[in-house]
Amino acid sequence: MNTSAQHHDAEGARLGMWLFLLSELLLFGGLFVLFAVYLQRYPDQFIAGGKQLSLAFGAGNTALLLTSSLTVALALEALRRNRYRLCQWLLGSTIGAALWFLVNKGLEWHAKFEHDLYPGSVTLRQAPPGHDTFFGLYYLTTGLHGLHVIIGGVILAWVLCLVRQGRITGTSPTILENSALYWHLVDVIWIFIFPLYYLLL
Amino acid sequence: MGKIIRMGEYFRRGFLEPSGDQPSLFDWIFSTDHKRIGLLYLYSISTFFAVGVTLGLLIRLELIAPGSTIVGPDTYNALFTLHGVVMIFLFIIPGIPAAFGNILLPLQIGARDVAFPRLNLFSWWLYIIGASMALSSLLGGGGPPDTGWTFYLPFAGETATNVSLAVFAVFILGFSSILTGLNFITTIHRMRAPGMTWTRLPLFIWSLYATAWVQVLATPILGITLLLILAERILGLGLFDAARGGDPLMYQHLFWIYSHPAVYIMVLPAMGVVSEIIPVFARRPIFGYKAIVASSIGIAAAGSLVWGHHMFVSGMSDTAILVFSLLTFIVAIPSAVKVFNWVATLYGGSIRLDAPMLFALSFVLLFSIGGLSGLVLGAAATDVHVHDTHFVVAHFHYVMFGGTGFAFFGALHYWFPKIFGCMYNNRRATWGWGIMIIGFNLLYFSMMLAGLRGMPRRYYDYLLQFSQLNRLATYGSWILAVGLMLMAANLLIALRRGQCVGANPWEAATLEWTVASPPPTENFAQLPQVSHGPYDFKKAGKP
Repeated sequence: MNTSAQHHDAEGARLGMWLFLLSELLLFGGLFVLFAVYLQRYPDQFIAGGKQLSLAFGAGNTALLLTSSLTVALALEALRRNRYRLCQWLLGSTIGAALWFLVNKGLEWHAKFEHDLYPGSVTLRQAPPGHDTFFGLYYLTTGLHGLHVIIGGVILAWVLCLVRQGRITGTSPTILENSALYWHLVDVIWIFIFPLYYLLL
Repeated sequence: MGKIIRMGEYFRRGFLEPSGDQPSLFDWIFSTDHKRIGLLYLYSISTFFAVGVTLGLLIRLELIAPGSTIVGPDTYNALFTLHGVVMIFLFIIPGIPAAFGNILLPLQIGARDVAFPRLNLFSWWLYIIGASMALSSLLGGGGPPDTGWTFYLPFAGETATNVSLAVFAVFILGFSSILTGLNFITTIHRMRAPGMTWTRLPLFIWSLYATAWVQVLATPILGITLLLILAERILGLGLFDAARGGDPLMYQHLFWIYSHPAVYIMVLPAMGVVSEIIPVFARRPIFGYKAIVASSIGIAAAGSLVWGHHMFVSGMSDTAILVFSLLTFIVAIPSAVKVFNWVATLYGGSIRLDAPMLFALSFVLLFSIGGLSGLVLGAAATDVHVHDTHFVVAHFHYVMFGGTGFAFFGALHYWFPKIFGCMYNNRRATWGWGIMIIGFNLLYFSMMLAGLRGMPRRYYDYLLQFSQLNRLATYGSWILAVGLMLMAANLLIALRRGQCVGANPWEAATLEWTVASPPPTENFAQLPQVSHGPYDFKKAGKP
C-alpha cells in the first residue's frame, strides 16, 4: 500500500524541501566557520591567496549561475502556463549552464595545478602557514560546491525527462518547484563563496 | 469460505500479515508502510545493540585485572572504538525515534502514514548501508579503527587503520538521521488528524518534534566534520595540523557542535516515552503538560549551546570555559522540570507496577544520577579533577544506558502488545528488570568510584589500587548481561506463544490504542476526530 499515491500534499513537500535546504546550508556553514577563524588568524596569507585566484573565472561562473537561476525560475513559470516546449528549452539551458560552470571550474583548477598550487604540492608545503590553509579550504569548498552542481544538474536532467514524459504538468509542478529550489541553493552558496575567496581585498 | 478465513487472519495479524503479491522478505524490505519500516529498524537496531553489548563485555573482561587479560593493547583500542561507534551511531541515536517513532508517530497523531513514505524507506536503507560499512571496517585493510568514536584529529588523520571507512559510514548514518528528522517535522506539521491541536499532541510526539529539529540542525555539522577528516586523510590538507598552522581545537569545536546536541537526540525521545508511560500507569493526567513541552524545546535549544564543556582541559580560553560552564548548568533546569513533573504525576496516583512502569521509574532514578554527576563535570573546577576518568564514562552510561537504554526497554514493553498483538510474561519481565538494575548499578557505580579515585578512561592497563573496583564492575557487567538475556528471551517467547490482549491492554488514552493490535495496514479505517487530550482517561473510556 503506497499511501503517497493516495494524497498529494504540495505544501508538505515544500516544507520538507526547505528543511533539507536548511541542512545543506549548515553543511557548508561548517566550512564558512573554518574560513572565518583562519581568516582572522592569517589575514595576510588569505589576501595573498585570494589574489592568486582567477577573478575572470570566478566572475564568469557567478554570471553563469545567476543566469541559470533565472532560467530555472522561468522554466517553472512556463510549466505553470502549460508551455511545455518552452519549459524544456529553459531546463535544457539551465543544465547547459551547469555543465559550462563545471568546465570552467575544471579549467580553473587545472591552471592552479599547473602553478603547483594543490594540496600537498611543493610550493604549498614550503609556503608560510596560512597559505596552504587558504588553498585547502578553497579546494574543499569549491569541490563540495562543484559536487552540488553535479547533483543539481542530474536532478534537473531527470526533471526534464519527467516533463518530456508528461509526468510533471502545470497542475502538478511540485517536483520541478523543489528541484528549482535546490538549484537556487547551489546558486546562493556560490554567491557567498565568490566574494569570500575571489574578492578578498 | 477460504476467503473468509483469510479475512479473519488479516484482521488478527494486521500489518504483519504478508500481502502475498511478492516474496515475503521483499514485502518487508521494500515496504513503505511506516510500521514495517519501524519494525525493520527495531530488528536491526536490536541486533547492533547485541553487537555493542558483546564488545562492551569484552572491554570489561579485559579490565577485570591489571595487565593483559584477554586481548592486546591494539585490540583493546579497537574494542572501545567500535563499542562507541556501534552504540552511539547504530543504537542510541536512531533507537527510539527511528524504531518507535516510525511505528507510533502516525498512529498517535491519527495519520495513515508519514509525510514521505518512500524517503522513510530510503533512510532505513541508508542506515543499513552505513551500519554494514561501519561493521566491515572491523575486517581487512589496515585493521579496525583505533581512534575512539570521536575520531579526534590529528591522530585520526594519521593512523593507518580503517578510519576512512568508519568515518564515511557515519556520514551516511548522519544523512539517514537528517532524512528521518525532516520527515517527522513535516508529518507533525501537515498530517495531524482533525481536532489534534498542538496542545493535544501526545508528549512522545512533542519529544520527537524537538528531536527532529536537533537532527536537522546539528547533523549537517557532523557531516562536514567527517568530510574534513576524509579530506585530511586523503588529501593531507593539514587544516587541523598545528605544525602547518592549523588548529586541532577547531576540530573539537566542530565535532562537539554536533555531538553534544546529539546527546539530546538520544535522550529527548526517551523522556517522551517516560512521559507516555507514567500517566497511564499512575492513572492520572500528566502534571504540567505545557511545562513538559516547553522543557523539551528548552533542552533542545539550550543543549545546542553547551558543546564546549567537552573541552575544558583542551586549552580553550578561560572566558569560554566560564560561559560554557554556565550554559551547561542551564540545561539542568528544563531537565529538572521534567523530573519534577513525573514525580508530581505519581503523587496521589493509583500506581500499577507493570514492566513498562518499572522501566520508566528506573529511567527517572538512573537519569537523575547521570544528570547530577553531569553537573560535577559541567563545573570547570571539578571537571579538571575527573576529566577523562572512568567517572565520565560512568556518568554518560547512566544518562545514555540508564536513561535512553532503559526508556527503550520501557517503550518495548509498553508498545509490545500494540505492535505484535500479544503479551509477554510480566513476572519474567520484572525479574529481568530487577537483575538488570542490580547489574547496572554495580557496574557503573563502581566505575564512578574508580574514576573519582583517578582511574583514567580508555586505558588498557591500570594501577593495582583500582583492581577491586574494576573487578566489581566486571561482575556487574555479567549480571547486567544475564538480565538483558532474560528480557530478550521473555519477549521472543511472547512473540511465539503470547496471549492475545485486544486493542488497549493498559487502558491508555492516546490514539494508537483505539485501533486493533497489531494495527491494520491502513491504521485507521476512517481518520479519527480528536476531541480530548492524550491523558484524559475519563473521557477516553467512553465511546
